[in-house]
Amino acid sequence: MEPILQLHGINKTFGAVQALRNVDFEVYPHEVVGLVGDNGAGKSTLIKIIAGVYTPDSGDYLVDNKKVSVTRPQDATNLGIETVYQDLALCDNLDVVSNLFLGREETAGRTPFLNSSDMERRTLDVLRQLDVKIRSVHVPVSALSGGQRQSIAVAKTILRNARIVILDEPTAALGVAQTRQVLNLIKRLRDQGLGVVVISHNLADVFEVVDRVIVMRLGRRVASFDIKSTTTEQVVAAITGAEFGETLNGSSGLNAPVGSVPATTTSDQSGNGNNQA
Amino acid sequence: MKTTVAPPQTEQPPAPAPAQGLSVGSFFRQDLGQIPVAAALIVMALYFNATTDNLFLSSRNLNFLTIQSCVVATVGLGAIMVLLLGEIDLSLAVVANLCGAVMCLLSVNAHFPWWLAILSGLFAGLVVGVINGIVVALLRVPSFIVTLAASLGYQGLLLHILYPNTTLIITDPNLKGIAASYLPDYLGIGLPVLAVAVYAGYIIFTRVQRQRMGLSVPPIWQTALSIGLPVLLVGLVLWQFENYLGVPLMVALVVGLIALFWVILRFTTFGRHIYAIGGNAEASRRAGINVNYLRIVVFGLASMLAAAAGIFQSSRSADADAAVSPTLLLQAIAAAVIGGVSLFGGRGSAWAVVMGTLIIAGLENGLDLKSGGTDTKFMVEGVVLILAVIIDALIRRRSTAAGR
Repeated sequence: MEPILQLHGINKTFGAVQALRNVDFEVYPHEVVGLVGDNGAGKSTLIKIIAGVYTPDSGDYLVDNKKVSVTRPQDATNLGIETVYQDLALCDNLDVVSNLFLGREETAGRTPFLNSSDMERRTLDVLRQLDVKIRSVHVPVSALSGGQRQSIAVAKTILRNARIVILDEPTAALGVAQTRQVLNLIKRLRDQGLGVVVISHNLADVFEVVDRVIVMRLGRRVASFDIKSTTTEQVVAAITGAEFGETLNGSSGLNAPVGSVPATTTSDQSGNGNNQA
Repeated sequence: MKTTVAPPQTEQPPAPAPAQGLSVGSFFRQDLGQIPVAAALIVMALYFNATTDNLFLSSRNLNFLTIQSCVVATVGLGAIMVLLLGEIDLSLAVVANLCGAVMCLLSVNAHFPWWLAILSGLFAGLVVGVINGIVVALLRVPSFIVTLAASLGYQGLLLHILYPNTTLIITDPNLKGIAASYLPDYLGIGLPVLAVAVYAGYIIFTRVQRQRMGLSVPPIWQTALSIGLPVLLVGLVLWQFENYLGVPLMVALVVGLIALFWVILRFTTFGRHIYAIGGNAEASRRAGINVNYLRIVVFGLASMLAAAAGIFQSSRSADADAAVSPTLLLQAIAAAVIGGVSLFGGRGSAWAVVMGTLIIAGLENGLDLKSGGTDTKFMVEGVVLILAVIIDALIRRRSTAAGR
């Protein structure tokens, strides 16, 4: 199967800081990719390059094996690459339908008048397709739960015919039941043939939902694991630099001395990377 | 050994969406402000009526009351546009007088025909509003301070263009006629009936269309009520007007403006985007809405409405005045907030200004009838405004709490 999206040899510098060094990235259809790494590993920079917020200093951006130029967020959106940031970018005062169609409202013909019935019908279609359950599509989104709000933000990308959906910390700040909702939603996106990228600090969630996990460390991609043949310890080791076990691209040159950080550091597995020095 | 407890269900059972859409509840919340405001209005009207020997609710007094409300209501409508964005415009009252003066000057000194003088006054409003909007949107200066400074500057400009006088009497009968004339019956009754018929047709059309598309429709009694209530209200108001001299032209113009802006806000993409910016400007920007452009347009429209209010004001007093009413701005913003428009942006309807203005103007009028002094009036209005703002803050706190 051909990857939908490929990045080759991406470099990005901010002043004296090299945020990304020669990073490759790829997403296949029908696949959930986990992107993990400690704070400052370059995850956010990489995502923002994919989303068109940043332009890389060097490197190739390929969609369907064709080189494309992505310099603005609209470029990525036009290619079907949608990002759901942690703040979800919802208007709390508007109802579900208005939020889903925000900025691309359907009008009655060429008039400036909204075609509310049509938008509502399409909203219900998308919500059914994603199996999102909401009491009514006319309630303001401020009245919805965290998981429902996340679902609305994802449904918005589906309405825009996304081929790849990038989710930034989709389960942070969610309760158990809410997290379950969102993870199920991610699986349904995959089942519908989309490529999904999940950035997460929560390895339990990552192992639950992803097919492949890509580990970043200090601006490099240090490992890519097939989730079925990987243990949490291996992933944690790659994140912290205490490498052992098999990595799929071992050429990335890890200079951290083996065993410098115990591989079983529990603070990593707790899903809270903020307490890292 | 533990007794096993059924694990809590993580998925909510699929629930059919309850009937929504144009329900009476949403109708009141969105379009007529809150029911408590309507109740307060009724209580106030009954109280004043009982204490003034049925003078307050006489057709003659209600006629005066609505004419007195026009200036505040029009400035209030402008204030609503800006408030919905989550901004504020403190220059509206001064802009009203300034644009009234522009119209009077052009009519009296430059002998402009009445319609050109009016258009020029409105255009002057658009220009000063766009200037405010550009400073707010592009230079990112808080609208509070921009419009405060602007109101000082426009006050100076107003004194300057009227110099060496401070008032200018208008003579054009057409300009004076805006506030003094009444619609002929075929228009005074015909236009509201037509408007209500269009509204009822829209409601029925939407219902049929939704049914055909398989969407949920409200129970039939709700649809009947959302048509019947406006019919009843319009009928009542028309009956009161026709008991006296008919529908005042100025009142018809103001109601027309409110209806026009309600349609724009509620049914067009432009209006939807104004609410969106008031709710989350950053999300709107990311959704591809040109936030800065919209801010400039809205400030321009708001000042244009203030200009219309200035024209009404000049027409009523038959002059342009360099002295700006000290209460006009506060009353206009109060009318918006009392009617349920949020000071925090993104919530409220154009019709809010009707409720709010009627409460403000009703208090003034009622206390006048009871020979209450300005001292009492200001204190009562102050308390009412504070109450409205407190309610606004409480609603906001509740809805942000629900969001988490």
